[in-house]
Amino acid sequence: MWVLLLLPFIGLLWVPFYNTATPALFGFPFFYWYQLAWVPITAVLTWIVYRSAGHGDEP
Amino acid sequence: MSVAADLDWTALSVCIFFFALVTVMGFGASRWQKGTADHAHLDEWGLGGRNFGTWITWFLVGGDFYTAYTVIAVPAQVFAIGAQGFFALPYTIVVYPIVFAIMPRLWTFAQRHGHVTAADVVYGRYGSRGLELAVALTGLLATMPYIALQLVGMEVVIKALGLTGELPLIAAFAILALYTYSAGLRAPALIAFVKDIMIYIVVLVAVAFIPYKLGGYGAVFDAAGQAFAQKPPTPPSGLTLKASQYWPYATLALGSALAAFMYPHTLTGIFASKSANTIRKNAILLPAYTLLLGLIALLGYMAQAAGVKPATPNDTVPTLFRTLFPGWFAGFAFAAVAIGALVPAAVMSIGAANLFTRNVWKAYVNPGVTHAGEAQVAKITSLLVKLGALLFILFAPVQYALDLQLLGGLWILQTFPAVVFGLFFNWFRAPALLLGWAVGFLGGSFIAYTDGLKPLHTVVIGGANYTVYVGLLAVLANIVVAAIANVALRATGTGTARTAQGL
Repeated sequence: MWVLLLLPFIGLLWVPFYNTATPALFGFPFFYWYQLAWVPITAVLTWIVYRSAGHGDEP
Repeated sequence: MSVAADLDWTALSVCIFFFALVTVMGFGASRWQKGTADHAHLDEWGLGGRNFGTWITWFLVGGDFYTAYTVIAVPAQVFAIGAQGFFALPYTIVVYPIVFAIMPRLWTFAQRHGHVTAADVVYGRYGSRGLELAVALTGLLATMPYIALQLVGMEVVIKALGLTGELPLIAAFAILALYTYSAGLRAPALIAFVKDIMIYIVVLVAVAFIPYKLGGYGAVFDAAGQAFAQKPPTPPSGLTLKASQYWPYATLALGSALAAFMYPHTLTGIFASKSANTIRKNAILLPAYTLLLGLIALLGYMAQAAGVKPATPNDTVPTLFRTLFPGWFAGFAFAAVAIGALVPAAVMSIGAANLFTRNVWKAYVNPGVTHAGEAQVAKITSLLVKLGALLFILFAPVQYALDLQLLGGLWILQTFPAVVFGLFFNWFRAPALLLGWAVGFLGGSFIAYTDGLKPLHTVVIGGANYTVYVGLLAVLANIVVAAIANVALRATGTGTARTAQGL
């Protein structure tokens, strides 16, 4: 499950993949909403790793 | 202090009200969250009793990592150059998987052995005074200009309120110094609640209200894009990156993320946590601030769309707020930024004071210092550190602080191998890590200096040019040199410490 933590690095550090204006969302060019979308995605991925490692039951 | 003609009394009154509120809280904080423990102990003054739970840590680290300077400088960069200034977003996203993987281990090791600083951890793990001192001095050196930059953030809003002269800044800092002295880490932890809630309110109102006034986000981005189209091709600017900016963007984000939690102020928030799980939960919850930062960055484009003409890029946000908001809300926003400078400045001075006390004073001056003596040395050091930063801002050009803060990021990144590797494996020995640190620190500084103190350096590999963050280059050299030296040490059977603590 720890491999999930690598996904944000791939998604955000491979810059040419997302360096475009379109498709826009709510007026935001792709470059902006794509990166903003990685904020909740990263939090959820980290939470999945946290749950799967059994930390949810620790103090 | 003289009063400028455009003094906004409403804004000023609101600002002073909130400043007075946090001052009272700061002095009252010494009694907050206090158990039965003896207050005259560095764990109490410098780490708040190591008892901060998930929410306190969330506010404290959020208030301390996303500094006032960030609120001023990130939109300023986005205003000036566009997409490249946005690297703060991927930086503050990928930082959290790094925190999640590393910091619970660091906390566990530190808590077990009573370590208060990163240099303590390194001394404990490797038993090397030399490596400890390298980490401690790097931390002190990197923190000082960072405190000075918080003053820059505060100066910008004081100016925006219409006040001139140095007196307001000196007064604000003197108050901060006094309550940090008396309440320690509890003061910024408590004030962080107010600061963060204020910043959230300001930003959420701004990102809803300003685009509404300017015709929506689409119109904001269009206007900013047109403004960039009018600009000369160098330095590159625009709503998306030029191909030449891909490597700078990615390496600045990654290098900054690796460096972020090596600073004394961010680590202080980690060490002060109640448990390893407090840190894990925060790695999941702190990205809420990153979302906020992304929206703050967009204020740069809103300023473009509003046709604001700031005197300097750093005046972008205050000028935008003064132009579009009524006086009372502008005052509230400026108070949020000014208080936003107090929290990190306090935690930075505490982190620096802890380093000096544990790794310089206790290690070299008075090894037999009592717990109460440690707390006293740290309190006085925190005063001196803040005084130094204030004098620096009053008497040295601001550009020096900016240059030194840039180098500070490069420097602090060089402590990463020494602090982190030992938490995961036993392979490295102290002399190898010390050599790697020296190569990264000196080599990186030299390259940055010869490049005219720019964060980016162009390397040629196989005939192709890559422009990358110099700090990341330096830490790669650091790791490679440490690994080679370590192979040599192990082959000759030297360099093992006698007193290393197990994980």
